[in-house]
Amino acid sequence: MKMGATHQITAGFMPLFDSAVLVAAGEMGFAAREGIELTLHRETSWANIRDRIAIGHFDLAHMLGPMPLACNLGLTPLASETIVPFSLGLGGNCVTVSNAVWAGMAAHGAMPDLDPARTGKALGALIRERAKAGRDPLRFAVVHPHSGHNYELRYWLAACGIDPTQEIEIVIVPPPFMADALAAGRIDGYCVGEPWNSASVAAGTGHIVTVKALLWRNSPEKVIGVRKAWAEQNPDALAALLRALHHSARWCQNPANHGELAAVMAQPGFLGLPPAVQMPILTGRLDLDGEAEKTIDDFFLPFDKAANFPWKSHALWFYTQMVRWGHIAHTPENLAIARDCYRPDLYRSALKPLGVALPGANAKVEGALKVATPVGSAGASLVLGPDGFFDGQIFDPDEIDAYIAGQKSARTET
Amino acid sequence: MVRSTLAVLVIDENRIRASIIEAGLREAGHERVTVIHDVSGIARRIAEIEPDVIVIDLENPNRDMLENMFQLSRAVKRPIAMFVDRSDQASIEAAVDAGVSAYVVDGLRQERVKPILDMAVSRFNAFSRMARELEEARSELESRKVIDRAKGILMKSRGLSEEAAYTLLRKTAMNQNRKISDIAQSLVTAAGLLGPAEDE
Repeated sequence: MKMGATHQITAGFMPLFDSAVLVAAGEMGFAAREGIELTLHRETSWANIRDRIAIGHFDLAHMLGPMPLACNLGLTPLASETIVPFSLGLGGNCVTVSNAVWAGMAAHGAMPDLDPARTGKALGALIRERAKAGRDPLRFAVVHPHSGHNYELRYWLAACGIDPTQEIEIVIVPPPFMADALAAGRIDGYCVGEPWNSASVAAGTGHIVTVKALLWRNSPEKVIGVRKAWAEQNPDALAALLRALHHSARWCQNPANHGELAAVMAQPGFLGLPPAVQMPILTGRLDLDGEAEKTIDDFFLPFDKAANFPWKSHALWFYTQMVRWGHIAHTPENLAIARDCYRPDLYRSALKPLGVALPGANAKVEGALKVATPVGSAGASLVLGPDGFFDGQIFDPDEIDAYIAGQKSARTET
Repeated sequence: MVRSTLAVLVIDENRIRASIIEAGLREAGHERVTVIHDVSGIARRIAEIEPDVIVIDLENPNRDMLENMFQLSRAVKRPIAMFVDRSDQASIEAAVDAGVSAYVVDGLRQERVKPILDMAVSRFNAFSRMARELEEARSELESRKVIDRAKGILMKSRGLSEEAAYTLLRKTAMNQNRKISDIAQSLVTAAGLLGPAEDE
């Protein structure tokens, strides 16, 4: 143990940009300042992260937002009870299609403007045209079945009248292989985090058609998943880590630090990609197709808009999508498991000594904030939202049965 | 019931390791072993092979894709699940430590799978040990080379005998509590920075 370290924490992460807050907590000294010796292990699959958490190699890890829910609901092997006391950021993903699919979409009115309603409508028209001609369904890839990517892709398609279970095929491809799979024609499109969308644009083999921040503004993506047994045995270590992550996230958000952050992430032990490739996610300025460029507000937020608060409404929305796509049955028991997975209480109690602004509620009505809205107590400033879904739907976690029923009927109508 | 031999599929990008496992399984009497290094087109291969047990190295970045395929693909006639023996946490830990995971078709009895997993684990460990020893031998050779160069520099610049040069390196290493090869490397680097390169 290093001099002065009172807590030793071992964490796993995937080489993706949204591990930045965890990586910077270790590399920029935020963990050490909280008395933590943080050991980070780079992993090659989410399955490995799940396994190593379960057998105790890792105390906690960078995880896909729905992954801890899938563990607790028994959807994965070797599952161990996992809780989420911290979110690693909002947004960051895009949907990219091949040049051929883009040409077909453009013929049906798609514009390089990322507008999910317009591009989705054009994609639907292309899909029906192909079906009429007897061609194979388009194949889209996501990174994991229990991922924000899978659920937001399906949400977008379904809201545009496309049945993702019947009219397209969805397969799993690891993020670094997406661009190659698209170029080789093994897939027609994909939903993944940056820089794997810009990678296809740079190679001249793909077009970005929409982004997560436009499908559902300020929506959850990666989280810190913690083995519950470890959290219960080490409450002080966890609280110290949450404070370190808070300081790290604030540092990551500040544009003055983006150069240094990109240099840290560029190291082979972390993301291992040149700083220039990381700029789109840091600036929100995307090259869509080698011609059109667009700057997206709130493209990826590692800290602002209470990005680190583990909203129960985020977990519950993931749960509704697991139900919607047949991953889990909607029962009172399963709902209770989903409700207990994200732990805003732990976040709040760890950060309380810092005197920073904290949301007062554990859940919010998603899609209700049309503009950025100041909330919280006087003196401490906290701005939330906007948090709208592109189709204008509202998710009220207190009306979860109605939401699930509404999505079911929408699916049978289309 | 007729006891048929199990069809085992080994998915490993490391060809040498895969062949070591394959050999081990064959020695243990498993005739139906298939090795795949590249996962492209794997759904079709699985449909052909109809494996009872699938062994995958944990470094394989396609594990998430494979797990999803085992559950959903039309290529898989019976669901395939990860081998998890709740009563035997130690063997799961040993497998993850060794860097291997196993998947089995629905309904296969645990005791028939366990020897295959144990075999894979021991062969994975043997391979890691071999790779480590090879790496040690390589770095041993490297440090011997750098010590020779450092001795050469000392002999030339200070007019020492080979033995005296080595003794000086050893004494310096002991005084600084560092390895001789580290001291030698520092000397070679410093000499390269300071003077006309000794070799050029």
